[in-house]
Amino acid sequence: MTEKKIRVLIAKPGLDGHDRGAKVVARALRDAGMEVIYTGLRQSPEMIAEAALQEDVNVIGLSILSGAHLVLVPRVIDLIRANGQEEVKVFVGGIIPEEDIPVLTQAGVSAIYGPGTPTTKVVQDIRDAFSAV
Amino acid sequence: MVDLDAVTRGNRLELARLLTEVENQTPAGEQALDRLFARAGKAHLVGITGAPGTGKSSLVSCLAKNIRVAQKQTVAIVAVDPSSPFTGGAILGDRVRMRELAGDPGVFIRSMASRGELGGLASATAGVVQVLDAAGFDFILIETVGAGQSEVDIACLAYTTLVVESPGLGDDIQAIKAGILEIADILVVNKSDLPGAENTARALRANLDLGYHLHMNHNGAHRMTIKENEVRNTPAWTPPIIQTIATQHNGIDEVVAEILKHREYLIDTGLWQKREQDRLRSEVYHLLQTGLVKRWQQSTPPQVFERLLQKVFARELSPRAAIDSLLNGSYN
Repeated sequence: MTEKKIRVLIAKPGLDGHDRGAKVVARALRDAGMEVIYTGLRQSPEMIAEAALQEDVNVIGLSILSGAHLVLVPRVIDLIRANGQEEVKVFVGGIIPEEDIPVLTQAGVSAIYGPGTPTTKVVQDIRDAFSAV
Repeated sequence: MVDLDAVTRGNRLELARLLTEVENQTPAGEQALDRLFARAGKAHLVGITGAPGTGKSSLVSCLAKNIRVAQKQTVAIVAVDPSSPFTGGAILGDRVRMRELAGDPGVFIRSMASRGELGGLASATAGVVQVLDAAGFDFILIETVGAGQSEVDIACLAYTTLVVESPGLGDDIQAIKAGILEIADILVVNKSDLPGAENTARALRANLDLGYHLHMNHNGAHRMTIKENEVRNTPAWTPPIIQTIATQHNGIDEVVAEILKHREYLIDTGLWQKREQDRLRSEVYHLLQTGLVKRWQQSTPPQVFERLLQKVFARELSPRAAIDSLLNGSYN
């Protein structure tokens, strides 16, 4: 019997081409013993929701630097909820202006990590959310 | 609890959840496997293996696309990547190369971490494949961990095994070594736009010419035997060598045609059934071993085992003598 692993999808919605941050987070989660599905650059919300469904992930991390977060993030959340994955947690990393944070939280984002966030914080938050798992 | 009827009716959420139960080898997952067993056994299981970076994921993506468009058949993909031996974590990155399959309801992609297994697959891969088979997918493409020379478990699971090579990975001595090249039903030289592709293909062909026409009898991991009488009685399959450029969809038609041809060959010669039976035989045998150990553990107090171990530690008893005394009841 293998132990249950926390499965995380790390995705980059939209058109910006920098995935260094996404890779740093993916690597930190890997080193924390999680299974990280990495999907690469330029994903549409539909592609992300489809991957999250097929992979049955517990957490989705979205990395956005393009400024399109107010469009892309709620769209991803709508799609995964429509697919029936109500319990999946979504966090966002990237450049998110202060005033947009409540909008995203309202849309269902559980955490937002700006530049300089220690990766240990991301790991701890995920572990806390799934301590029962 | 997983709704098995929904899984077989094509509910993707229920399917994904069931795959998690099976992957975690939970009681619910194992019961589901028991119930789905009768429905499985129809899909063509195709293994894709080869060294890291030879382009397995890109090739799998192309093959799936081709099977969808040209054959109008449904495809599931199981892609295995390695788990960290230190933390147990993993980066599963095969989907990065499979973006062109997004949005097709006839395709289902699942990534798996190897979780400590060393044969190129995870211990639950066969179960995951069985669920996808029962869910009705026509083809199941199984991509192994990037394999070195001896990760050959895939040949026991798949009916057709593709070994992917690319230019510059070694000379003709590498090509005559035992191990992974022997399990190939189809050899693919990917990245054939790179210099040296012709040499790689030639070295592989020369190896085949040295006398490859032997039938493998896959009866369980690392226990493949060559059956002489089969060699005499059935026509030999000579693995074709196909050059591809997966990123340009070059050579893919040919690979798919060979996969279909190989299936025909297996069915015509009765080897399809034989491979299936060998696989089931080794699975039953494996479960018997696990079951016997479990029953033994339940019937023997742990102190007995511990006491015996102490004698082994003190070198009073050899491990073999210890087991003999346990099994024949003379340990007291």
